[in-house]
Order: sequence, then structure tokens, then C-alpha cells
Amino acid sequence: MKVRVLVAMSGGVDSSVAAAILAQAGHDVEGATLKLWGGPSDSGCCSVADVEDARRVARQLGIDHHVFNFTDAFEAKVVTPYVADHAEGRTPNPCIECNRSIKFGLLLERALRLGFDALATGHHARVVVDHDSGAPRLRRGADSEKDQSYVLSMLTGRELGKVVLPVGDLTKAEVRARAGELRLGTAQKPDSQDVCFIHSTRGRRGFLAERMPLHGAELVEASSGEVVGTVAAGELVTVGQRRGLGVAVDGRRRYALTVDARARRITVGPSDQAVGTRVALDRAGWVGPALARGDRALAQTSAHGAATACTWEADAVVFDEPQPLVAPGQTVALYDAADPDAVVGAAVATVAADPVVAAVVAPSTVR
Amino acid sequence: MQAYLDHAATTPMRPESLAAMLPYLTEHFGNPSGSHAVARRARSAVDDARDEVAQCLGCGPGEVVFTSGGTEADNLAVLGVGASGRGTSMCSAVEHHAVGNTCAALGATVVPVDRSGVVDLDALAGALGPGVGLVSVMLVNNEVGSVQPLAEVDALVRELAPRALLHTDAVAAVGWLDVAALGAVADLVSVSAHKFGGPKGVGALVVRDRARLAPVLHGGAQERGRRPGTQDVAGIVGMAAALRVATAERDEAVARVGRLRDRLADGLTASIDGVGETAVRVGAGGVHDRSAKVASSCHLRIAGVDQEELLVLLDDEGVCASAGAACASGALEASHVLMAMGFAADDAKSAVRLSLGYTTDDGEIDHVLEVVPKVVERLRT
Repeated sequence: MKVRVLVAMSGGVDSSVAAAILAQAGHDVEGATLKLWGGPSDSGCCSVADVEDARRVARQLGIDHHVFNFTDAFEAKVVTPYVADHAEGRTPNPCIECNRSIKFGLLLERALRLGFDALATGHHARVVVDHDSGAPRLRRGADSEKDQSYVLSMLTGRELGKVVLPVGDLTKAEVRARAGELRLGTAQKPDSQDVCFIHSTRGRRGFLAERMPLHGAELVEASSGEVVGTVAAGELVTVGQRRGLGVAVDGRRRYALTVDARARRITVGPSDQAVGTRVALDRAGWVGPALARGDRALAQTSAHGAATACTWEADAVVFDEPQPLVAPGQTVALYDAADPDAVVGAAVATVAADPVVAAVVAPSTVR
Repeated sequence: MQAYLDHAATTPMRPESLAAMLPYLTEHFGNPSGSHAVARRARSAVDDARDEVAQCLGCGPGEVVFTSGGTEADNLAVLGVGASGRGTSMCSAVEHHAVGNTCAALGATVVPVDRSGVVDLDALAGALGPGVGLVSVMLVNNEVGSVQPLAEVDALVRELAPRALLHTDAVAAVGWLDVAALGAVADLVSVSAHKFGGPKGVGALVVRDRARLAPVLHGGAQERGRRPGTQDVAGIVGMAAALRVATAERDEAVARVGRLRDRLADGLTASIDGVGETAVRVGAGGVHDRSAKVASSCHLRIAGVDQEELLVLLDDEGVCASAGAACASGALEASHVLMAMGFAADDAKSAVRLSLGYTTDDGEIDHVLEVVPKVVERLRT
């Protein structure tokens, strides 16, 4: 069946090939590149050069190409919460927020208003229709190294029903080979890295320092309550972090266990305390039916981490085995225990309340 | 059915212009700076064109400096005066970026405008002073079509900033207003050929003999040293031909196109709820007084509609329209003109410019009157 599909083209190789696959399959395809960020950026998906790359690919493929300006929405829905999260000592995931609010939010709505049947992107993941229910499900991409199901895990069935992910069945090598065969200018373009609006030379610190006050914070040994050091900007410390804290006690490096940005207090402890079994969660969303309390699942807590066995507890997941601490603000993607490639939903880690850690943390830092 | 309503972006070349150009792209290829017969043929064409342009713009031939277009003419005016040490610069808040960004580079004072897009004369008077060297106020705003009170601006400048030169960007005015008469008060006047049926890449700056400015480009002695570089002979000839026709047909065009514009604007404001027409006065009985804007301009704000979406769907229906300036990536920017006029960002993002031209006919207007309400309804649901 021929569909009218709008392809979100970042100017990278994956979305270029996504557009090519759909166009070659005979669909009615148009491309759109989003201008998301008005400020300086060098790693991002919305530089003028990237837009020109996308436009050139569209021309090669013979499809129309649009540039949509979403800078205001990006500022309001991605950048502002990113800054606010840091101010609260959380570690946000702006790419996930962008996918949720902008690409599969505003852009998908726009595509449907403009008469498109679906929105396609170059993400490495697959949308598969469930045999029994007929409902769309999100599955990991064919290339386990490049799988991006984690950053799409908050999409619900409603959105997934309108989403096409044409490169999900290909490995990255196959994507590049395809781009090379088609002589697309983006075939050898490096993968994008990091957060698009953070300039590599100024970094996260430089970006945040312009938008919020950064405060020094005390590093407090969890077991003793003793101040063992300080950091220049407590808001930049992530739960689970070791590097950059610069403290060791009894010759053992310390990890951040909790970050209380308001109290300017970071509790630290040795590696055996920087693990937990319970991750408190909120903002849960589901591809299909919600998990029930006590259901088994697999949880993945970072874009390229492994999924590990856990039990869903409605406001938390409990891992079977202790895992590295999950920073508040991070997305936890949940996969089907019986079908490990299938995403069932996602939620966001809130303040760590692992009883193991809580027991050794000074009471004032536990909320 | 196609309806091209983006004549303010560019208008089709007039056949007279193309015909005049062709010999200078083929057999008469000479460099007008040379001395032999082939060069003299080209030189003579540039001289004839200069006479023609001067006559249409109400200046002497020696006062015409050919440029690569409106942007270069504006830059030459602003930077050329700026570099001459005459004083500080000042411009209105609704200038084209070619003036606005150039003035900004010099740290110029920006004079606000009112809700109709007309420069605030009280604010201008307050900002003027003996240290001002250049005042730049466009004759017609390219986005909303508002005509600026240049004579009143000139009176204030002469009184309060006697050393200052007055520049006017008349790019959006040629063909719709008598630029020779209205621009007579200005020391510097910019025009651009492709806005009135000439080719892209050629324009002119009128530099009155009384005005002194430093060159921006350095090179040969062309254009009396004010703008070095081998002249675009064909382009200059084409501009002169287009300007001759546009000037001769102006009264007829204003009447005919003005009637089409009124039919368009009245039709759309009547058939769509929540439409605001920009740069007009709404009088008794809801009658829209468009006397303060050029006949070719229809600028609307359509509540609840995003201009990017509107333009895509209009394009699908064969309607070519536009909405403000694009940034380097090609994305639309919220219009600095509408923001300066006091509209909120949401209002600015609901704006669409339908600009008519000498080729616009009733069939195109019929098509737009049919398509726009349909598309707006779809976007609002």
C-alpha cells in the first residue's frame, strides 16, 4: 500500500537512507529538517551544513524537502527542563525529551495535519504489529550495537501506530553500504554524538553556567557523615559518578550516591555502596497494556547499557541483582521479560530511595 | 492551477527586459571599461541604461551607482556613509535585514514603529541630534507594505540632525509608488531590478551629488570609484528596460492590481474567522482603509494557524506565498517586522504575505479565495 510519509531528515546517514528506502518502495515521500537550536553548536543536528546535507539528499532522491522552525518549542520543552533538572540535581535525558515532545509530538502532529499518513525517522529500532492484538509494538533494531529503542521507549501505541522506522532492520554497516550504493553525500558522515545543543569546547558546564547559577557542594561520606571534599558545581554531579569527584577514603575512590543540589550536599561512598536493587520511578508510559505490580521485566537504564532482570513495583523497579545506581532524571526503558527485544514502556527515575543506600545516608538527604 | 502571490520576493522578468539583455549576453560582450569598438558598444549600453534609470528615479546620470542588487546598495549606503566619518547611524525597526543588520554592525540606534508599521516620528525626533550622520528609513516595508512618511522624516532630519544624510531603501516601492517624487528628499536611494521585472543580481544606489560616501569595495575606477568591478552590462540594460516599463505602467498597475488586492483581502477577511489584516486602518462598518500601504500588498494574520503549515498546504494547492524572512538553514524566522509592530510571537507565526504583481490576474485571485479558507479549516481542526 502506498502511503504519504514525512521523513524527519537530520542530515545524517540513517535518516538519509530511511528516506531512500521509502522513496524506492514507491511511497509518496517528503523530507523535513527541523531547526531546533538557534544558539552555537558543533555536534548538533541542526547546523546549516546539516540542513544542506539533508536538502541535497532529498534532491538526489527527487523528493520535496521542508525546513521547519521548532526553536521556540525546543527551548521550552527540552532546553528549559534540561536546565531546571540540573538545578534540582537530576540528570536529564534531553534527547528522549526531544523525541517525546518535538519529533514524535509536535512534528508528528504537524505531519498528520499536513495530510501525511505517517512520520518516519532514521532511528535503529523497529515498529512491529502484534499478531494477536494488531497493536503496534516497538522492538530493538537489528544492529544491537546501534539499537535506539531506549530513546524511543516512551512512545505509546498511539504514536507508534503512525511511526515508520525504515532502517531498523539494517545494521549500521548496511545503512552505510546502502547510502554508498546510492551515492548519497551523507554515506560517510560520522555519527552524531552527545547533546546537540551543547558546544563541545564549552561543554555542559559552560552551557549551564550561562543559564543558571552553579554552586559548590560538600562531599559527605555516607557512612560517617564526615565532609571529605568539595566540588565546584554540585549541579553537574550525577548519581553514580566517580570521575571528577577527586576524593578517596582509605585509598578507595568514592562514588556519588545522592545529589541534593539545594542543600549543596553530595553523599559519597565506595563502589560497593554505589549499587542498588530498587529504582524509584514516575512518569511511566506504556506501549500497550501497563505492567501490573509484580510483573517481571527487563530494565535498561542508559542508551547503550544492558537490560537486566527486574520486577515492576508500580512506583519502582526492583532488580534481581544489585545494579549501578541510576541517577534521578534518567529514563528506565522496560522490555518484555518473555520477549526481550520488545519495549513495554518507560519511566523516569526519581530520587533514589534504595533502602540499602538510604540506610547509610544521613537522614537530611533522604526525601 | 497555480497562483503566484510572492511578487514581493521576486516577480517574473518582463519580456522587454529579457529582450534588451540578450544581445549583451551574446554578440555585444565587451567590457565597458575598454577603449575599442567592442568595449565602446558595451559602454554605450551602460550609459544609455544609466540615463534611463536616472530619469525614472529622478536623479542625474552621474548620481546612479550600479550594484549587484538591493543588499549591496543598502550596504554601500550605510557602510559608505559610516566610513566617511559623518556621524552615528540610525534606522527604523522594520528595515530589511540588508539595512537593519548593516546598521546593527555599526551599533546604530533603532527607531520604533507603530502598530501599522510606520516609523514613530516622535521617537525619531527624540533620537536625532547633531552627532547623527545617517538616517535610513525605507520607503515601503517589504513585508507588510506600509508606506513610510519620508517627507516628514526628512523635515525632522534637516531640523535636528543637519549633518545627517537620509537613505531610503526603495526596493519594495518601485512600480507601486512614484519613487522619483517621494525619494527626492533622500540623499541615497536603493533599488533592486528583480523586484520590478528585471534580472536578479543587479540594482542601483542613487547617490546625490551632495552626498559623499566612502567606497566599500576597493578596485578599479568603475562607477566613479564608488563601486569598482566590471559592470554587469546585460543586467544593467535589463534593469533599465524593466524600470522604464514599470514606471510607464505604474498608474495602470496600481489601479488594476489594487482592485485585485482589495478583492483578495476583503474576500479572505470575510470568509475566514479570526483574520487580522496588517498595516490597515479598520473604519466604520469594518471597512478596511488600505491607503497607507502599497497596492500590491496583502498581509494577514490567521489566528490558530501556523505559517509553516499554511505555506506547505498552500504550496500543495499551487499557491505560492511567503511569510517573513528565512534564516540560513531555510527555516522561517519570527518576523522582526511584526515583533517591532507590537504583535506577539504567536501572532507573528500566524502571518502570511500574499504579494501581487504585474502578472496577477482574476483567475489567480479566484483560486486563492477558494483554497485559503479550505486549508485554514483543515489546519484548525
